[in-house]
Amino acid sequence: MTEIKWTRKDLLGMEDLSADEITFILDTAEEFKKVNERRVKKVPALRGITVVNFFVEPSTRTRASFELAEQRLSADIVNMSASTSSLSKGESLLDTAKNIEALQVDILVMRHAASGAHQFLAKNLKCAVINAGDGAHEHPTQALLDIFTIREKKKKIKGLNISIIGDILHSRVARSNIYALLKLGANVTIAGPPTLLPKEFEKIGVRLCDNLKDAVADADVVNLLRIQHERQRASYFPSIGEYASVYGINRESIKYVKKDALIMHPGPINRGVELDSEFADGKQSVILEQVTNGLAVRMAVLYLVSGCLKS
Amino acid sequence: MVTKKESSNYILQNARVIDPKNGVDAICDIGIENGLFADPSKISNPKKIDLKGMVIAPGFIDMHVHLREPGGKDKETIRTGTMAAAAGGFTTIVAMPNTNPLADNASTIEYIKTHCEESACVNVLPSGCISKGSEGVEMSPIGGLKKAGIVAVTDDGKCVQNHELMKHVLIYSKTFKIPVLDHCQDSFLAEGGLVAEGYWSTIKGLRGIPVASETIMVSRDIILAEAADWKVHIQHVSAGASVDMIRDAQKKKVKVTAEVTPHHIALTDECIKDYDTNFKMSPPLRSEEDRKKLIKGLQDGTISVIATDHAPHTSTDKLVEFAYAPFGVVGLETAVSICLTELYHKGFLSLSDLISKFTVGPAQVLGLDIGSIEMGKKADLTIFNPDVSYTIDADSFYSKSRNTPFNGKEVKGRVMGTVVSGRFVYSMIDGLKGSF
Amino acid sequence: MEDKIENRLMDAKAMELAIERLASKVIESFPGKELKSMAFLGIQKRGAWLAQRLYKRVFAMSGNKPLIGTIDTSMYRDDIGMRKNLARILETSIPFDVNDRNIVLVDDVLSSGRTIRAALDAITDFGRPKTIRLAVLVDRGGREFPISADFVGMKYSVPQEEKVHVCFKDHDGEDIVYTTSRKES
Repeated sequence: MTEIKWTRKDLLGMEDLSADEITFILDTAEEFKKVNERRVKKVPALRGITVVNFFVEPSTRTRASFELAEQRLSADIVNMSASTSSLSKGESLLDTAKNIEALQVDILVMRHAASGAHQFLAKNLKCAVINAGDGAHEHPTQALLDIFTIREKKKKIKGLNISIIGDILHSRVARSNIYALLKLGANVTIAGPPTLLPKEFEKIGVRLCDNLKDAVADADVVNLLRIQHERQRASYFPSIGEYASVYGINRESIKYVKKDALIMHPGPINRGVELDSEFADGKQSVILEQVTNGLAVRMAVLYLVSGCLKS
Repeated sequence: MVTKKESSNYILQNARVIDPKNGVDAICDIGIENGLFADPSKISNPKKIDLKGMVIAPGFIDMHVHLREPGGKDKETIRTGTMAAAAGGFTTIVAMPNTNPLADNASTIEYIKTHCEESACVNVLPSGCISKGSEGVEMSPIGGLKKAGIVAVTDDGKCVQNHELMKHVLIYSKTFKIPVLDHCQDSFLAEGGLVAEGYWSTIKGLRGIPVASETIMVSRDIILAEAADWKVHIQHVSAGASVDMIRDAQKKKVKVTAEVTPHHIALTDECIKDYDTNFKMSPPLRSEEDRKKLIKGLQDGTISVIATDHAPHTSTDKLVEFAYAPFGVVGLETAVSICLTELYHKGFLSLSDLISKFTVGPAQVLGLDIGSIEMGKKADLTIFNPDVSYTIDADSFYSKSRNTPFNGKEVKGRVMGTVVSGRFVYSMIDGLKGSF
Repeated sequence: MEDKIENRLMDAKAMELAIERLASKVIESFPGKELKSMAFLGIQKRGAWLAQRLYKRVFAMSGNKPLIGTIDTSMYRDDIGMRKNLARILETSIPFDVNDRNIVLVDDVLSSGRTIRAALDAITDFGRPKTIRLAVLVDRGGREFPISADFVGMKYSVPQEEKVHVCFKDHDGEDIVYTTSRKES
């Protein structure tokens, strides 16, 4: 086993990471999961470190998960959103970020609606940048917790058949998962309304399916993406109702899914659209475990990124 | 348009003179007297300049330049923009009308002409908007604009979506002999798009602009130009499929011409992979297949013009998230070097063919008698050394803006002198000083 | 950067003797039934390997099996953000109740005392032990904190510029303790 070490100051996306680095994060997360299971759910690892949660694009769950992770690591936390920052006064993102950095902030956790925003900041800032979602590009901690969950249940990633269903075109969760899973040797299939299924992914080795049945047939993992209501208006597909009947996991389509396949969803679930309640809460669902693992994964990422702050 | 200053008489010796219109490609002398081309043997008191190793061509014409004045003076002014043109080897430029206020009325054209008289150091030909306010609803006063001095109409930046309006514009413009230049873009398909739709837009999670956005409007323009029997000129072609359509139309003698920018023949959409806004422009950089087809279009004459679409933006404007940065890159000061490097030195075009894209091509589209060297004509010349190598340095630009995709690029070929009406407005020639 | 081997401190035989010495001291300190309820806690990673060896020796010598676990101190270090890279966090596994327990912390080398400080903080987050004792194979001096070992295999005075390495037969191929000169990297 190669003794690799962590040297990155930022976590911007799965695109930049090697398979070894991804495994390193997952192994680190294993230990942090244990911290969350014992009585004293806190370690002093980030004591004295200041983290700013800058959610330019709003979020409740990811933000809460990061906040809790930071608290468990004993970090000092500042929360900012687009409305509570000077962005609302017309200050540029770079100026806002530089002002934040001038407060001696060590880590910036940011979610932004523009793809590439983090890369732009990481180039111009000295503090560590963690990507909590940039536009349609990447959501690395989501992919990490998805893969952590799969690894925990299936004991491996290599060779597994993983199907991601939904609006792939606009999904950063899909992209991060695709890049990471391919690096770890999984077979990735994507499916959804054809207007939302970019053919270009075939070029990197992803299998495209035009129907749900074939997509989930041999799947060991079925990962359902949240369908956003705005897409409907933008004329990509006729209606939420149609989506649910053609691409949703329900009593009809569950027959095509293997009995031991995992059912995953990044949340929040549109019950009855991507997934019927009985399967969201059923035996195959690991959706709540994803949330638990998300906390451990984020603690691991914060810990690792802080290790290289002053290099 | 050029400020009258003292001009000298010159004999430019020992250079290779290439004048595609007159079929000249030879080492010979060029005489300049009182700002006009003259017989070298008959000039009184000429300064003799030895230009051995250099190429002299008719003054280059860039028919797609955003001078930003009036209204955008932090990005560029008529003064700085024409200085950039001179440094880039251009003696004539066509100014785009999307200023603030828009050039959709005679008084704005008057304003531009007056300011050019005062501060421009190269010839500036104004263009007017196709539609009032560039809204794409009502035709602008094309007759009045022509009287005020425009050489073309365009809604550049935008595209008339209403085909009936475009049909009428073509018919109407024919009367005034004003060519119609079009920035071909379907606003629904292009809406919200940031880069070319393709592999890189998919991987990087950026909304893509499909080729169809351009080709649908190219075919619209071809159909209407054929019906009106008048000139439509496709600006900054980006897609190989557009070139194919234009070629077929030209075979049928439709009056459609096309231009391409230096950045579209040098770069592809892979350049956006680091979200660098210096590669964000409209139309976007496309695939390698498209790039190759654009070069083929230049080779077989389908594309007869190279134009920069010089679009200055301040660093404040460009140093933002990719989605929010304005489209556009500067191009005046890099065009000739990039084209020599990518088209001449790579063997795609001969020097004469390349030069024609900056001279004969644009002159034909505009219907103007410029872009050639003839006795008695205004002495506008572009002098360059095709073999000198250097590294492009944005900090040395005369333009106010620095948003170039070519900063740091090693190129081969450089403009050494620019002559406007017999005056060296720009010179890197030993012993010869240029003055803007 | 290759470190140069300066000194060999212990060969396989010396190491075995030192481990035996440690084992007997431990057996002495926890007479009778106390040995079975006492727990070794090895500090990852070489302290954990040493704890394994000690545990086997104690069993061989006394016939009684104490408890054993491992602890990784990465999350409790005091030098966050000061290192160029981070090593993998290894397993913390404490399969017994820490409360009211006699614990023997085990590490291969005792030097500044910072690792032990971190380990103490880590253990007390699991509960309230009755006692914590420290067993080390090598005490090389250079203390920066007021920490001392209760059970020491061998004491050496090693110059600051040298680093002490402990290798174990089962993991590194041979039992040996040696020093190298620390090169500033």
